[in-house]
Amino acid sequence: EWLLVVWLKIYTENKPHLIISNLVDKLERLALVDFRTKQGLECLEKAIRFADQLHVVDTTGIEPMDSVLEDRALYLREDTAVDGGCAEELLKLSRKTVEEYFVVPPGNIPLPKKEERSSMLKHSEL
Amino acid sequence: MAASRVTANEIFLNIKQIPTRYPKALCLFRQISTSRPHYDQQPEPKSKSASQPLVGVVGLEIHAQINSNTKLFSGSPVRFSAPPNSLVSFFDASLPGTLPMLNRRCVEAAVMTGLALNCTINKKSYFDRKHYFYADLPAGYQITQQRRPIAVDGVLTYSYFGGKKRSQMIRKSVQIKQIQLEQDSGKSLHDDDRSQTLIDLNRAGVGLMELVMEPDMKSGEEAAAAVRELQLILQALGTCQGNMSEGQLRVDANVSVHRPGEPLGIRTEVKNINSIRYLARAIDYEILRQIDAVQSGRAVQNETRAYDSKSGETVPMREKEGLQDYRFMPEPNLPALIVYEDNASLPTGIDPSQAVVVQKIKDRLPELPGVKRDRLVQTYGILPEHSFTLVNEDGLMEYFETLMKTTQREPRKVIGWVTNELLGHLKQRDMSVSQSPISPAHLAELLKLQETGRISSSAAKQVFQEMWRSGGKTAWQIVQEQELGLVHDSAQLHSICQKVVDSHPDEVHAVRNGNKKVLNKLIGLVQKETKGRADPVLVKEILQQMTQ
Repeated sequence: EWLLVVWLKIYTENKPHLIISNLVDKLERLALVDFRTKQGLECLEKAIRFADQLHVVDTTGIEPMDSVLEDRALYLREDTAVDGGCAEELLKLSRKTVEEYFVVPPGNIPLPKKEERSSMLKHSEL
Repeated sequence: MAASRVTANEIFLNIKQIPTRYPKALCLFRQISTSRPHYDQQPEPKSKSASQPLVGVVGLEIHAQINSNTKLFSGSPVRFSAPPNSLVSFFDASLPGTLPMLNRRCVEAAVMTGLALNCTINKKSYFDRKHYFYADLPAGYQITQQRRPIAVDGVLTYSYFGGKKRSQMIRKSVQIKQIQLEQDSGKSLHDDDRSQTLIDLNRAGVGLMELVMEPDMKSGEEAAAAVRELQLILQALGTCQGNMSEGQLRVDANVSVHRPGEPLGIRTEVKNINSIRYLARAIDYEILRQIDAVQSGRAVQNETRAYDSKSGETVPMREKEGLQDYRFMPEPNLPALIVYEDNASLPTGIDPSQAVVVQKIKDRLPELPGVKRDRLVQTYGILPEHSFTLVNEDGLMEYFETLMKTTQREPRKVIGWVTNELLGHLKQRDMSVSQSPISPAHLAELLKLQETGRISSSAAKQVFQEMWRSGGKTAWQIVQEQELGLVHDSAQLHSICQKVVDSHPDEVHAVRNGNKKVLNKLIGLVQKETKGRADPVLVKEILQQMTQ
C-alpha cells in the first residue's frame, strides 16, 4: 500500500491523469471501494499529500514500530476446547443455508468493467 | 490489463531514479512482495547447437496441519469429520468484535518442527494479514507470518533408492527457507447443478505450519522421498499426523525446466496432489510437458495447474484474477511472538504458562527417523539400506525388532526375510505391515526350522508362501502336511544317488575326467527325485564319493 502511495505521487507530479485511473481501478478492485468521481480522486490526492509528511522525518538507524502493542506480551492460550458447537446460531445469520452449510455463489463474482459499473451505479441506491 | 502492465514497466524503469530523491521508497519496494522469487522471462530461443539437456527444477510448498486439540487463534476443537459448522466459534466465523487468541501448543509445535529440521528459531516473530476475497475465508484475510516467521534456514536430509538397478541408496538434502504459522481456510463444496457453493467453516482457523523448500530438487522421485522423510519426522514429533489423503499434509509443487548454468525457467504451480505416489507422477509429468514445450519453441506459462490422477496429467486450473496483490499488513491485534532460549533468559516473575522455552522443547525431542536408522545399524549390524527400508515402511521396524527378540538367528540373515519376502508379498497385494497374515512369532518358527536343517532354503520359501495363503497355519504344520522336511537319512539318499549315478554314466565319466560343473547336474537330478527335499550338503558329499 505504501508503495502505491509513492508511485501515485511520482505520477501526479510528472504524468497525466489517465495512468492514475488504471491504478485507481486496481485499488478499487482490491478494496471494493468506489472513488472514481472527481471528488473521490481529489480526496485521494489529498490523502497522498498528507502521507508525504512521513518523508520529512529522518528515520535512519531507527527500528520501525509495527504495532502499538509493542510493549505488550502476547497472551498464550491453553490448548483446551472451550468454543464451537453453535452452528445453529451462526447459520441464522446467513440469508441462505442448506443442511447446515452456508450457501454462497460459485467462486468469486468478478467486479464488472469500468463502463458497466457506471451504468450499474446510476441505478443503485448510493 | 495490458495497459496497466505497460505502466508497471514504466514505473520499474523510473524506480532507478528514485534512490536519489526518495531513498526510503526503494526499501518500501522490497518489503512488499506480490510476486515470488522466480521471475518471468521471454520464451527460450531455439539454439542451433544442442547444449546441455533440459533438467527439472522442483521447489515445494508444504502445509502441515498442526496436531492440536484446538485451533490456532480460537478454542474451537480440531477434528477430521464433524457435522458442518459445528466446530466454529464466533471468531472463526469472523463476527465483529472477536479477537485472535494464540494457542501455545501451536507455537511449541512450530518450534519443535523447526528444531528437528535444523532451523534457526526466531526469538521474535510477527503476525501479518494476507488479504484476498473468497467465501471460505470469512474475514477476507488470513493471519500468517510473512515478514518474520518463527523458523528459518533449515535443512532436510533424505534418501532414496536410485542408480541403474534402484539398489543404490542416494542421500540428498534440501534447504528449508522458512516455517511459518498460519490459519487454514474453510472448505467449499461446489454444487455446479444449482450453481452455488456450500461452505463449511470447521477447518477455518485450524493451525498450519507452512514449510517453504528451496528449489533444490530435480525430479518427482526426489520430491517424493523428501516429503516421505518429512512425513516420518512430523509423525515422530507428533506435531502433524501427516496423512495426505485426509489433508493433514498438503503439498504444492513449483516446477520449471532449464539447462544447468542458465537462468531458471518460468515456473508453474501444481496443486491437488493427494498422495506421495501422485506427487512423483505429477512432477515428472509436468517436467516432461515443459521440456516438450520448450523444445517445440512454445512458451511455458506462469500458471497454476491441477493434477488429475485419473489421466496422470496436469491441467490448467481456473484462472485467477490477474496478479494477486495480498496487501500484507501487520496484524494489529497481536503483539510480536517472543520465545525464550532457556530458563535463564526468562524475565523475572513471568508465568510459566506464558513462556515457550526453546531449550525445554529441544530436550523433549523424540528419536528422529535418521537417528532411528543409525541405531538399527549399530544394534543389529544391518546395512543402512536395510534400516532405511525398515524405518520407511510403517510398522516394519517394530515387526523386525519383535522377530529379533524371539529368534536366535543373526540379524543379517533375518533381515532379508523381512525386507524381501515379507515386504515383497505385502507390496504385491498393497497391504500394510499390520495386515500381514504371518506374525513375527510364526516367522521365527519358520526360520528356526531352516536353521536347524529341518528344511532347505528353497523349501522355506515355499512354506512361507503357504503360510501366507493359509493365514494361520504354523510352519511346522505345513512342512508336515506337504512333506517338505529335509531328508537326512543317508541310507535313503545313498540309494537315490546310486540310482542317478547308474543311469547317467556319461556325466559320471565327465566328472571323473575333471569337469566339476557336471556334478551340479547330478545333484539337480537327485533333488528332482527327492522333490527338493534332499539335504544338499549330504547329497554333494555322497555324489563326490561315488564319482571318484
